[in-house]
Amino acid sequence: MALSDYRQSTTSPQAVGGQRKRTRRTVTTVVRHVVLVLLSLLFLTPFVWMVSTSLKTNEQVVEWPPRWIPNPLQPSNYSGVFETVPLLTYAKNTLIVTLFSVIGAVVSNALVAYGFARIQWRGREVLFIITLGTLMLPFQVTMIPLFIMFTKMGWVNTFFPLIVPSFLGNAFYIFLLRQVYLGISENYSEAARIEGASDLQILWYVIVPLARPALLSIALFQYLASWNDFLGPLLYLNDESKFTLALGLANMQSALGLSDFGQIMAAATMILIPVIGVFMFTQRYFLEGIAASGLKG
Amino acid sequence: MALVTKKSGVSRRERQAIFRGLLFVSPWLVGLLWFYVYPFFASLYYSFHNTTPFATGAFTGLENYRLLLSDPLFWKSLLNTFYYTGVAVVLGNLFALALALLLSQNLRGMTFYRTIFYLPSIVPFVAVSVVWIWILHPQYGIVNYALEWLGLPTLGWFSDPLWAMPGLIIVSLWGTGNMMIIYLAGLLDIPKELHEAATIDGATAWQRTLRITIPLLTPIILFNVVIGLIGGLQYFVQPYIITGGGPADATLVYALYLYQNAFSYFRMGYASAMAWVLFVIIMIVTLLVFRSSGRWVFYRH
Repeated sequence: MALSDYRQSTTSPQAVGGQRKRTRRTVTTVVRHVVLVLLSLLFLTPFVWMVSTSLKTNEQVVEWPPRWIPNPLQPSNYSGVFETVPLLTYAKNTLIVTLFSVIGAVVSNALVAYGFARIQWRGREVLFIITLGTLMLPFQVTMIPLFIMFTKMGWVNTFFPLIVPSFLGNAFYIFLLRQVYLGISENYSEAARIEGASDLQILWYVIVPLARPALLSIALFQYLASWNDFLGPLLYLNDESKFTLALGLANMQSALGLSDFGQIMAAATMILIPVIGVFMFTQRYFLEGIAASGLKG
Repeated sequence: MALVTKKSGVSRRERQAIFRGLLFVSPWLVGLLWFYVYPFFASLYYSFHNTTPFATGAFTGLENYRLLLSDPLFWKSLLNTFYYTGVAVVLGNLFALALALLLSQNLRGMTFYRTIFYLPSIVPFVAVSVVWIWILHPQYGIVNYALEWLGLPTLGWFSDPLWAMPGLIIVSLWGTGNMMIIYLAGLLDIPKELHEAATIDGATAWQRTLRITIPLLTPIILFNVVIGLIGGLQYFVQPYIITGGGPADATLVYALYLYQNAFSYFRMGYASAMAWVLFVIIMIVTLLVFRSSGRWVFYRH
């Protein structure tokens, strides 16, 4: 209040105050940008250091003080990775697991969420609460019985333990999709029903087109989860011919140890490229999906 | 008779609805029973036996739990996990919130910065781990180089029992982007009118942050804290790859010790008992946080 009184009582304060305010705003904007740029550099340093190291020979790696841009550049680590480990086999295995898991997650959860959001039936709410309860259950509890069960089924050293579960729903995805389905007007499905559409037809022609961004978010989450998963492959895959990229990289790290950082960083760089590439083209759906999971929780 | 009348009380329409509902959720019903309900009870059952990968073993009653209480590594790993979780959740949330506040202003290039801050959280944990082993390398790491350049003493990081855990916490702070995005969405959700009204009343930017932004953000803080706690108590991949629990068990976290018991020493009954203790701890911690939330979480609606 005092400030505005002052403004009204003095001569031409508007201009002076406005000028000062504008200067101050410019200063804060500049400061903010400087802070953000510095933080960005901090966040990017590990990536830069990784790529830089991947282009160094063993002698260059231990150079002190370290050089950011290797001189000369040594791309030989990249071909070296393929001689040390069967990286293409790892990539193929990861692709198989990821592809099927993404299909499984999208199809199963699209169906299950329909049952939770668009059909009124007795027992639905109870089952939904139990579903959310599974989010609190640590994997450590189910891990051992699942391992014993999969061993007995002969599924160890196959991709089934990594793929089959994604075809049978996931509490987090169900939760996310249910929220989106609930937001779609009942009038649409009612109109379709009057026209004689079945539930499956309503899901396919009415709900799925409207929920496409959410379904895409789920596909991306599952892509990341499968591509990056380590504990699953660690538990179930024994043969090197069955390894995924994540497990292969961990194995390479423990085999080469501290003796060849250049090659390990080259492998890490190659594993990262598809992840970052897909993210760059689809980040809108990623970020919206994450935001939705927190806001509606 | 009563049963029959009750049954006819459920209309044909309602029975049909139950059938349709169950049909659609049936994949999840199978998944729930197969991957959650059965293993849930099976692990409780195993925890009362000296189970190995090859046999369920003899019934031993509460022996596994009794052994746990007298196992110094059990206590050590539990303490390590609390240390990691406590520090990583508090620092992670503060850091994520600060980044989100910085980004929530209408700045040019906001989406660019957001992408950069988020990027580390999509990197596979294994890749994160091997890169940070190298970054925090005691002899040739870039961080020690920076410390030396600043005239500070260099640190042993993952080879020093004192600095190994802080090293892991730094790694987790690098991947704080997920939380940041959730905070950012919450910040952008706060009505602008509230800030405008407060500005007219003469509130400074700092006052507005403390009195308007933070209170309105408390539901999201609660969400991020709970998710962070549940995740932190199950922390596994980074210590498994980076330190293997060392040096001197300084980073032997609970999930890692559990894994070792189950898959290195084949003491699966013992590991199952550990898993159940972890489950109970997670339940208690979550419950306590929700209980306390009545006092500090503010709901707009």
